[in-house]
Amino acid sequence: MAEIPILLILAGLALYTVLGGADFGAGLWELTARGERNTALRDHTHRAMAPVWEANHVWLIFALTMCWTCYPEAFTSIASTLSIPLFVAAVGIIMRGAAYALRAGVSSPREEGTISLLFALSSLLTPFALGAVVGGIASGRVPVGNAQGDEITSWLNGTSLLIGTLAVVTSAYLAAVYLAGDARRMGSDEVADAFRRRALLAGVVAGAIAAAGPFVLNADAPGLYDGLTGGAGLAALLASAAAGLVALALVANRRYEPARVAAAAAVVAIVAGWGIAQQPEILPGLTIEQAAAGDATIAAVLIGFTAGMLILLPSLAYLFRLVLTGRFDPAVPLPEGADARGSGIVGDLPDERGDAPVGAAAGLRPVLGAGAVTALGAAVTFFSDAPLRSVGVAAMLLGAAACFVAVASLDDAEAGP
Amino acid sequence: MPLDLIAAAFGPVQQDYLLEARQMQAMSFMVHIPLVCFGVAFPAFVVFAEWRHLRTGDPVYRTLARRWSKVMLALFAVGVVTGTILSFELGLLWPGFTAAFGDVFGLGFTLEAFSFFIEAIFIAIYVYGWDRLSPRAHLLTGIPVIVAGITGSFFVISVNAWMNSPSGFRVENGQAVDIEPWGALFGNDYLAHEVVHMYVAAYIVAGFVLAAVYGWQWLKGNRERYVRAALTISLTAAAIAAPVQLIVGDWAARTVAQEQPVKLASFENLEQTTKGASFSIPGGPEIPNLLSLLAFHDPDATVTGLDSVPPDDRPPVGIVRASFLTMVGIGTLLAALAACVLYVRVRKRRLPESRWFWRATIAAGPLSVVALIAGWVTTEVGRQPWVVYGVMRTEEAVTGAGGVPVGYATLALVYLATLAAVVWILRRLAARPLEEDVPAHG
Ligand code: HDD
Ligand code: HEM
Ligand code: HEM
Repeated sequence: MAEIPILLILAGLALYTVLGGADFGAGLWELTARGERNTALRDHTHRAMAPVWEANHVWLIFALTMCWTCYPEAFTSIASTLSIPLFVAAVGIIMRGAAYALRAGVSSPREEGTISLLFALSSLLTPFALGAVVGGIASGRVPVGNAQGDEITSWLNGTSLLIGTLAVVTSAYLAAVYLAGDARRMGSDEVADAFRRRALLAGVVAGAIAAAGPFVLNADAPGLYDGLTGGAGLAALLASAAAGLVALALVANRRYEPARVAAAAAVVAIVAGWGIAQQPEILPGLTIEQAAAGDATIAAVLIGFTAGMLILLPSLAYLFRLVLTGRFDPAVPLPEGADARGSGIVGDLPDERGDAPVGAAAGLRPVLGAGAVTALGAAVTFFSDAPLRSVGVAAMLLGAAACFVAVASLDDAEAGP
Repeated sequence: MPLDLIAAAFGPVQQDYLLEARQMQAMSFMVHIPLVCFGVAFPAFVVFAEWRHLRTGDPVYRTLARRWSKVMLALFAVGVVTGTILSFELGLLWPGFTAAFGDVFGLGFTLEAFSFFIEAIFIAIYVYGWDRLSPRAHLLTGIPVIVAGITGSFFVISVNAWMNSPSGFRVENGQAVDIEPWGALFGNDYLAHEVVHMYVAAYIVAGFVLAAVYGWQWLKGNRERYVRAALTISLTAAAIAAPVQLIVGDWAARTVAQEQPVKLASFENLEQTTKGASFSIPGGPEIPNLLSLLAFHDPDATVTGLDSVPPDDRPPVGIVRASFLTMVGIGTLLAALAACVLYVRVRKRRLPESRWFWRATIAAGPLSVVALIAGWVTTEVGRQPWVVYGVMRTEEAVTGAGGVPVGYATLALVYLATLAAVVWILRRLAARPLEEDVPAHG
């Protein structure tokens, strides 16, 4: 039981790396695509990412909440020792969210330039900082306890730098692959090729950094090195390298969708390798078993998780289907019946009619009915205690909702179409 | 590593900046919580406007729904990132709290994450799906956003309710044992009133803030149907929610009287336990028996005083009392304003005309936010010195890491910039000509 949540957390982190990483990476490419000439590139980036980044971001929230619920001491040891990189990551996240919100309102190239700079900066900060956190944990620099580790060297060390840099470059790579595929789907081959070149570049750089990895780990984190160079850890490492190479080859051949899958597999494999290399310990001296919350908590979380997934998976599938089949692309033909009604331009709006005539009784009855339910519910709430009070509260709230619909609709009793 | 060693690793730490940590937490909430009101209530307004459009064919409602949905998305984005900061802070600022009790309250946040997923997914589908889905399907994709707003606040407030009224565990060697997470979070006496009070507050805040914005236009002479429709929806929602809030607030006060008598005593700065306690209104009279009446619906009831606990266990009474009075005072004014709105709307079928009414409405926007924050300050500062009421003190919860003031200052700057950005984007979106929100294909 104690291990199931950590598997889910690692899965969540892998998903966050793949999906969330791609939208951070997109910000980096904005940095390389500045100026008038590259407007198409930037617009494409923004359009492809805007509908999905919030959903992608929730994987991080998911991993965090699972972590502090199921391994509270481990989570807080990490958060308190590595507070600096975590705080930096958080600030980067604010900047990124602000950049998305702000882009809806830009009107001049200068404004757009400022905002894409913000976006790009956040795309550097957050993946690097989160990678540095992973490095601190993986190299055994987080002792159990409230801020017991070194506040600086816990994240300023070889392993952290390695993983942080790798996170940035991988994000850029994932983003470029995704954007290339998306651009091709939309038929903008020029943009697709631009991102293909970027993907190949980032892929090669990522591969080079990864290849240097074992040397860094050998010197800086021997425990991790041993775990990754023997047994299942080695298998995971090799699988990751192989998947990475396959992904690159696929990109070279313009097969972007399979390339995304292969790239994701490379990420999943290395995250798995990390897990394997570290187990059974989560922090030095603290095994997963010891760190885990009690069975009642874990059981509750798993029940909640299962129920949540039953709702989440179809919803996510729906969103990604809409995005990937291009339903959100500009200028697609409307589906049958969309906006058939009320297509007036503002100029055609019915004239300002002044106020509606007083006394048309038609709309009043629902108002009185809903008002009566609300008042009755309020009286019961006020004069009684549990359990009767719950009935009163329910009546009051439902009545209030009905009141709102009735009162806010009042105009149309006379307005007509 | 033996369990007691783990617990010992989270023993008391030296933290010179506890106050700054508390202020940083408070500031983060004060930024998040008004945004969240829009995440909770705005989807209902937008969906209502779209529904009106589909019902009546009146294009003004579609224009409204489209424009509002963009505002909603921008505010949602900022709500998401400020909420993320709060999640980080549970570890960054309060590791003692989370280490000891994460396994008790964490379930609420885990479930909340799924709510957020649903909200984020469907808000994107809704906003980017205009003209891409059939009208009915589009309207339906708005419903999960509304529902997720309800469930999201429910799950997160279950955590706060548990902090105020902790149960469902025992403490042994500084560790929570015998944990019953479902009962702790959802079988809690505090949950119902907090959720309902917050939910109604979200409608008050979203309604009055929007009404203030459009009321400003109205005062400047803009009586377009677009502005009237916006005011009809926002003012009606706020005007129905405000009187309801008085009843819910009374319920909250009665629950506090039973469960956290010391917090209640701070509302009136009641030193000694008193039978038939009075309530004094600052600058006004002291009304006999009112506190007993408010707290227990019985003018002769005995109200526990602050002296029931040692001075060390009392909250900062001045802050609690001031914020409570602020909330109740504003709540009463808002309810009075609401009565005017409803009267004119229902009897005269129009919006009020008086300039004074519109000036009051413009004031009501910011005031409702003040009431919201004051309410939370009442709850959270009134809980002091405990982070988990009666179980763990705030100084046992705080991080041992240095740099709290640096983090606090940095976050304050970042939030100031964020607020400026929010204002900028809202003005930009509002300045767009209405024509832009009419589908090109129409
Ligand atoms: C627009 C906002 C608003 C308005 C008009 C009111 N409140 Fe409130 N109040 C809140 C917004 C709020 C809140 C959402 O900020 C709080 C914080 C925690 C909670 O559950 O709701 C709150 C808390 C809160 C508490 C503390 C509850 C606790 O500690 O659990 C009490 C006793 C009241 N309120 C009572 C009232 C009364 C008697 C009001 C009537 C005039 C009132 N409130 C109006
Ligand atoms: C009364 C208290 C709270 C309420 C009612 C509330 C409600 C909400 C809502 C409705 C959202 C959606 C975004 C939006 O609408 O702007 C949101 C976002 C968020 N909140 Fe809060 N929240 C509260 C407190 C907290 C606390 C205490 C935390 C964490 C410790 C938190 C963490 C988050 C996170 C992580 C998000 C982003 C979710 C996402 O990625 O979509 N919130 N909150
Ligand atoms: C619903 C979820 C919430 C949770 C889980 C939560 C949790 C916490 C925690 C862990 C602390 C720090 C420990 C302490 O000072 O006792 C705190 C303090 C505080 N919170 Fe909340 N909170 C919630 C909602 C809010 C909201 C919406 C506000 C709005 C403004 C708020 C205002 C404050 C303030 C002012 C403090 C500082 C109190 C003091 O130290 O004097 N809280 N809260």
